[in-house]
Amino acid sequence: MRLRRKRRLMRCLRKRRELLSIADNTANIQRQDILLISVIRNEKIRLPYFLEYYRRLGVNHFLFVDNDSDDDTLDYLAHQPDVSVWLAKTSYKRAGFGLDWSNYLLRKYAHGHWALTVDPDEFFIYPFCDTRPIRALTDWLNGCGVRSFGTMLIDMYPRGTVDAEPYDEGRDPFEIASWFDAGNYMITKNPEYRNLWIQGGPRARVFFPENPSRAPALNKISLVKWDRRYAYVSSTHSLLPRGLNQVYDEWGGEKTSGALLHAKLIDILGDKAQEELARGQHYGKSNEYRAYAEKLGHNPVFWCDQSEKYINWRQLEILGLMSKGNWA
Amino acid sequence: MNRLGIVMLVHTALHRAEQVARHWTASGCPVVIHVDQKITNQVYSKFVSACSDDPLIRFSDRHVCEWGGWGIVAATQTAAALMLETFPDVRHVYLSSGSCLPLRPVQELIEYLSDRPRVDFIESATTADVSWTIGGLDQERFTLQFPFSWRNHRKLFDTYVKLQRALRIRRRIPEGLTPHMGSQWWCLTRQTLSAILQDPKRKTYDRYFRRVWIPDESYFQTLTRLYSTHIESRSLTLSKFDFQGRPHIFYDDHLQLLRRSDCFVARKIWPQADRLYQSFLTDQASAMKPAEPNPGKIDRIFSKAVERRTRGRDGLYMQSRFPRHGSENGLTSFPYSVFQGFTELFEDFEPWLADATGARVHGHLFAPDRAEFAGGDTIINGVLSDCATLRDYNPTAFVSNLIWNTRGQRQCFQFGPADTQDINWFLARDKNARLSVITGAWAIPLFRSNMNFADIRIEAARLQRIETKQLDILTSVWTKAQVRTWSLAEFIESPMEPLQSMIEEIGFNHQSHLTEAPKMVELSGFGQFLQNLKNQGMHPYLMGDFPPDDVFGAQIKPFRKPYLVQ
Repeated sequence: MRLRRKRRLMRCLRKRRELLSIADNTANIQRQDILLISVIRNEKIRLPYFLEYYRRLGVNHFLFVDNDSDDDTLDYLAHQPDVSVWLAKTSYKRAGFGLDWSNYLLRKYAHGHWALTVDPDEFFIYPFCDTRPIRALTDWLNGCGVRSFGTMLIDMYPRGTVDAEPYDEGRDPFEIASWFDAGNYMITKNPEYRNLWIQGGPRARVFFPENPSRAPALNKISLVKWDRRYAYVSSTHSLLPRGLNQVYDEWGGEKTSGALLHAKLIDILGDKAQEELARGQHYGKSNEYRAYAEKLGHNPVFWCDQSEKYINWRQLEILGLMSKGNWA
Repeated sequence: MNRLGIVMLVHTALHRAEQVARHWTASGCPVVIHVDQKITNQVYSKFVSACSDDPLIRFSDRHVCEWGGWGIVAATQTAAALMLETFPDVRHVYLSSGSCLPLRPVQELIEYLSDRPRVDFIESATTADVSWTIGGLDQERFTLQFPFSWRNHRKLFDTYVKLQRALRIRRRIPEGLTPHMGSQWWCLTRQTLSAILQDPKRKTYDRYFRRVWIPDESYFQTLTRLYSTHIESRSLTLSKFDFQGRPHIFYDDHLQLLRRSDCFVARKIWPQADRLYQSFLTDQASAMKPAEPNPGKIDRIFSKAVERRTRGRDGLYMQSRFPRHGSENGLTSFPYSVFQGFTELFEDFEPWLADATGARVHGHLFAPDRAEFAGGDTIINGVLSDCATLRDYNPTAFVSNLIWNTRGQRQCFQFGPADTQDINWFLARDKNARLSVITGAWAIPLFRSNMNFADIRIEAARLQRIETKQLDILTSVWTKAQVRTWSLAEFIESPMEPLQSMIEEIGFNHQSHLTEAPKMVELSGFGQFLQNLKNQGMHPYLMGDFPPDDVFGAQIKPFRKPYLVQ
């Protein structure tokens, strides 16, 4: 495991040469700042709301890697005061699906900081997020000596077909995709990295009913008090050293955990799936996007009469999709 | 004049400490602040000069304060001595920290204390009586030595404790002392406090407590017992602890809760809880009505948090709760019933059961082609799908999800050897499962089928093999489920009693007795059928003894009369 971790770190150091700094505001990062790291491509339409959302939660600085966007993502980000952005023109796949880039940025800038590594369609929810900023959470985790915080990805979907209501820039995507699956998730433990492997939700139900083992993993460890010796190994599903993956209690109790609301299944997805499929840059031979493109051709409706409409974090906590744990 | 003096121990968030200190002095209470030595001199002197305009704020000599170490007591001693010396009219000294926040107007606290001029408010209980010690060190914290820091040198700490235990090394407790423990935050009278600080034997006591673990929870608590004339064993400071002994932290959203707590002082407050500081330090008039302090109101919410962290919600599997085998406290969240062989024996068992109990009665949830949800639904609560591949991909998650999603409503489902069998161990180990099994009932559909006899024989052998395996699991020593089995012959002989008890156990409508039994299928010729199987070389044994002639075929008729239990 140590070797694997070292290899990861070597890789990310090698890949740093692919990163071209476009706007570097990292000098402004204060010692206590909470950072957000994200690898993006052609996400201009999502970014305004994304930045607004995380600024409101109290993220102090954003670090983006732009993977060769051809919309004005790069230009937009370069003009934000609390954003540093790098351009990577090389292959996403060969950079470990972007992982090498984010590992590098984490190692370089996030040592000693709480860092949130998310995709631009993932929105972090944690207990009391409507009344307490992220810093309240990280201060509390510091006090408890906890270094990593577990979350689950919850796929949100609209009432009708995915393309029924177009998404406009700056809008809260969950006004459109406000529904989710409340209780069809399947969990196993991955003995290799000791992380949980969670599958299920609407994507397993609609895209992978014949082959559930291929359904995407929903377990995410996005919020970590970073140390330069750490490395993500498989997206943000697991990291090394393995102790960081122990975000769950094994003796019956509940640790504090959060959720990532996933605004993927909205109008943008169709174009995205076609585009990503053509590039073939995604995990597992882009299987996921292949399935999306296929099924989206039939215009699926994820919604059914048992779907749950999202209200707030307390609802998720009652449904057992996250937990306050010991935080009250 | 009866004045209240505040001793404040500060190690972070100095701006908040200053704010609170000024709040105290505004009401005429002198404040002595001890700042942890770990704060750099530069920051410290800035802080001192910021407070220098207030004559009631004094600073005491600094000590290094390590959690669980002697430094905190030394700091308290120094600061308290300075307080008693500098402000001779102080009658009560209140020990607080930089993250304490006065909730009620200071004047009320002063009045409260002047009504009780001789009372020492200090939580102080003998070691045998406290339940909140962490790490199992209660009496031992007074009889062993603890020279190593628990936070920084955990291994050394543990090894040294073990070593002392092994060598049976015990320290002598100084004569006359009975170890007491309690909350670190107290309010003592000048008389008691000065007696402790000026005790001729203080050197002995100090030397002893220097090596006691967490002396700040026992030094004053023990010594007060020597001098106080009137101890009220409780802390005026509201402080809640989590399961690891760390104080819970209060945030802005606790404002209403704190208002209703009626306590004088609360800790710990998150330094950035602007609204709390704003409400309690500036708009005091509107903050509270006078009342006897009663921290009990807050108890519930925090004890719930502790329970959630230590026990969790039964039957929930999620990203932060995934119990190991055996630590689940119940594999599912709610009792449910599993019936095996009943739909085979009775024609209308499912609607009958639903009618008799009000429970939700599913068909064979583990049927090979799909999960037969009640009412033919393809998707039920929690968007659980009837898709067989999804179900069989993780059958235990399927059952625990089903029971979790419908918690509060009793679920029943059918099971049998023709279903996929991966769930058997889970059902057997789950204390919430109630299994009723009629063994050998799978032969009835074969008997009534139109298959070739050779195929029937093969199928019968297969089903019998599966059911035997299942019964082995259900009778194993690890089984926690309530399992009741009857052989088919046994059950047919008197079906009403088991049916009645099943209904009663499900628990709805149990005041009424069964008035209508489900209709049993026509079984004449079944004995001969079994005999034929035997003649073909198979050995059907799970259904019990059926005579080859059809005597019971006539016997099953009278069961449709009303049934009464005395």
